[in-house]
Amino acid sequence: MAKVIKEHIHSLLEKGLRQDGRKLLDYRKDISVEYGISPKSAEGSARVRIGETEVVAGVKLGMSTPYPDQQDSGSIMFGAELSPIASDRFEMGPPSIESIEIARVVDRGIRESGAIDFKKLCVKKGEKVWQICVDMYPINDAGNLRDACSLAALAAMKDAKFPEFDKVTGIVNYEKKTKTSLPLTDEPIEVTVLKINNDFVIDPSCEEEEFLDARLTTAFLKDGAICAMQKGGKGALSTEDIGKMVKIASDNVKLLRKAL
Amino acid sequence: MGELFVKERQIVVPGDKLASGMDYLPAGGAYRDGEEIRSSVVGILGINGRVLRVIALKTHYNPRPGDMVIAKITDMTNSLWFAKVDSFRDGLMTLREVPEYVDDGADLTQFYNFGDYVLAKVAAVGRTNLMLTLKGPGLRKISGGRIIEINSAKVPRVIGKQGSMISLLKDKTGCRIIVGQNGLVWVQGAPEHELVAVDAINYINEKGHLQGLTDKVSDLLDKAMKNVVVHDSEEKPQKDKPKKKAKEESDDEEEAPTRRAAGKKAKKTAKRGSKK
Amino acid sequence: MSKKIKRHDGRAADDMRAMEAKVGVVPNAKGSAMFKIGKTIAVAVVRGPKKLHPKFLQDPESGKLRCFYNMISFSGSGDRVRPGPSRRSKEINLVMENALAPALDLTAFPGSAVEVHVNLIQTDAGTRCAAITAAAMALADAGFRMKDLVSAVAVGSINGNVVADLDKTEEDISDAVDIPIAMMPNEEKVTLLQLDGKITQEALLEAVELAKPVCKKIAELQRKAITERYQ
Repeated sequence: MAKVIKEHIHSLLEKGLRQDGRKLLDYRKDISVEYGISPKSAEGSARVRIGETEVVAGVKLGMSTPYPDQQDSGSIMFGAELSPIASDRFEMGPPSIESIEIARVVDRGIRESGAIDFKKLCVKKGEKVWQICVDMYPINDAGNLRDACSLAALAAMKDAKFPEFDKVTGIVNYEKKTKTSLPLTDEPIEVTVLKINNDFVIDPSCEEEEFLDARLTTAFLKDGAICAMQKGGKGALSTEDIGKMVKIASDNVKLLRKAL
Repeated sequence: MGELFVKERQIVVPGDKLASGMDYLPAGGAYRDGEEIRSSVVGILGINGRVLRVIALKTHYNPRPGDMVIAKITDMTNSLWFAKVDSFRDGLMTLREVPEYVDDGADLTQFYNFGDYVLAKVAAVGRTNLMLTLKGPGLRKISGGRIIEINSAKVPRVIGKQGSMISLLKDKTGCRIIVGQNGLVWVQGAPEHELVAVDAINYINEKGHLQGLTDKVSDLLDKAMKNVVVHDSEEKPQKDKPKKKAKEESDDEEEAPTRRAAGKKAKKTAKRGSKK
Repeated sequence: MSKKIKRHDGRAADDMRAMEAKVGVVPNAKGSAMFKIGKTIAVAVVRGPKKLHPKFLQDPESGKLRCFYNMISFSGSGDRVRPGPSRRSKEINLVMENALAPALDLTAFPGSAVEVHVNLIQTDAGTRCAAITAAAMALADAGFRMKDLVSAVAVGSINGNVVADLDKTEEDISDAVDIPIAMMPNEEKVTLLQLDGKITQEALLEAVELAKPVCKKIAELQRKAITERYQ
């Protein structure tokens, strides 16, 4: 922890400024979503850019057997890989706790909100169901990987088409895609707000993330309902803080939704 | 009679054939391969008579004794501090190398703490470590301002000939600026002006190889400073005050090591090249 | 290459698939590059030099190149690729290091590790060659001293004919021979050579010969991508 940098960030925030010239609640303007970046091999894929931050995500669909307690439901799995590709601070090796947290929050936003109709993933009750695997790969970390990962995962799911499945042979033909999309019933999007010192900041840079006191990620559905939350960081939040941070997040979710 | 295959100031990449014949000589960034001279880096070709030199567009900091660097304190024992200067060598600073008198067994964090940045001088360079000293004019702990990173190949560009570029940056933005040879740059001023200075330094980091750089940076600074709205009136830079401060930094101290280092580097790489 | 052969996508025997190269694709890295050949896409990033741990791996006289080849989970044909290193990716790491090391001078960084991480975004054969080609650009972009670039391509033979740059469809033909080759294009020296399939000595030498002009074409694209960054 570098005191000089922390003090600098704090003193700027007090004046309503940030190191890159943005105001506290300015989301970066250049947000883009590109679909089908790996069309040959993925059932769905997308690239999200927020400023210089870049994340690619992809969907693989596979045939599996249902869980014993959910004989007529398919399943979904999320993964995020924070590798040294994206940043000097990431290491090789098994998934870090940070990557697990990112994937888990995206998972909850989609699973618990009912944004996927799992019943429609059932091919034969008790025997064959589709399993959706969504993996997120940050390519360049220039801050706010959480929002970018969530948006990329959703975009890849929107892009996905089922491959052909031969019910007789039980073989998935990945060479041929059908026109059927995933049974998405809603589109949860995460927005992260940081509390640094006594100020709130949106769409943080890497340095702001390093010196955060607390972080609140909120996922919103299309109608504005909240469907997942995660408080991060070692600091504590008052109920007023939470109210303000959720409000800031909900004010900005449309920016991200527009990019889809 | 040898033949030249590239033009002066052309961008070349590793392996590019620059010339053939024994009458051309390779210097830094170029090497001899039998009859031919080739480039060993991505860089810009400089021709000086028969000497072909490739000036790298990016490089890794190569520490030399006497270099002024900005280092971050990362660890300490009871008798020395560890500081990060480059990406793989340990920077070491013993109790003797700081201006303060430090008692045996004293709490070293009271003097230089974890995460502090210091403006230090490289005293000696070993294979996997280097010795730092804080004894010398202008050397100290850094407080206030911010630190940005540039490629060490661009350090001479940010400083400029006889310090012309750094003077331009200081004069036009009213900021205090110190460029460490290791590519860390300290900038301090009113927030809005700091931002202008940082943008300009980043521009030099990206486009430092272009011709007419001084004019381009000057234009950029003029335009940006015109648009600056200073929110906090107390922070408004009175043109003279920061200038005076900049003087206190003692320009010589900042730039002298650069020239030394640059000279030495050129000589050494020339030797390296000709051996091949 | 006078023999006219028919390839499934209409290419001539010595034709490569469409290629694309870009340098500086990961702004926060010192060096980075993307290389695309046909549908195979590789992104390479250089990290370091950093301290090499554990210490016994350190070379006191030079930095060490370490390569990390990684097919991302949705980049394979068929099932999802399990994340994490496999025996295959570990072997590729090794041959990549050996393919790049002859061109690279890391003597200025004793005891350190220079890491090249390559993510394959999509694959359609020729992935280790694409990874090496991207890695060489990323290393040059990062400012390391190299005596030459390294350019790689898979040559081989299908139905007894020597061809360049096999795609997955061709690789899957029963008598296909796959020969990934990396070269220092100016020195015309081979730094990677692997083969699987059945081939005569004559055909092997013909294929290696074919790799030369093909690698030179790739090198031309590499140098263009590197210089474009500074234009």
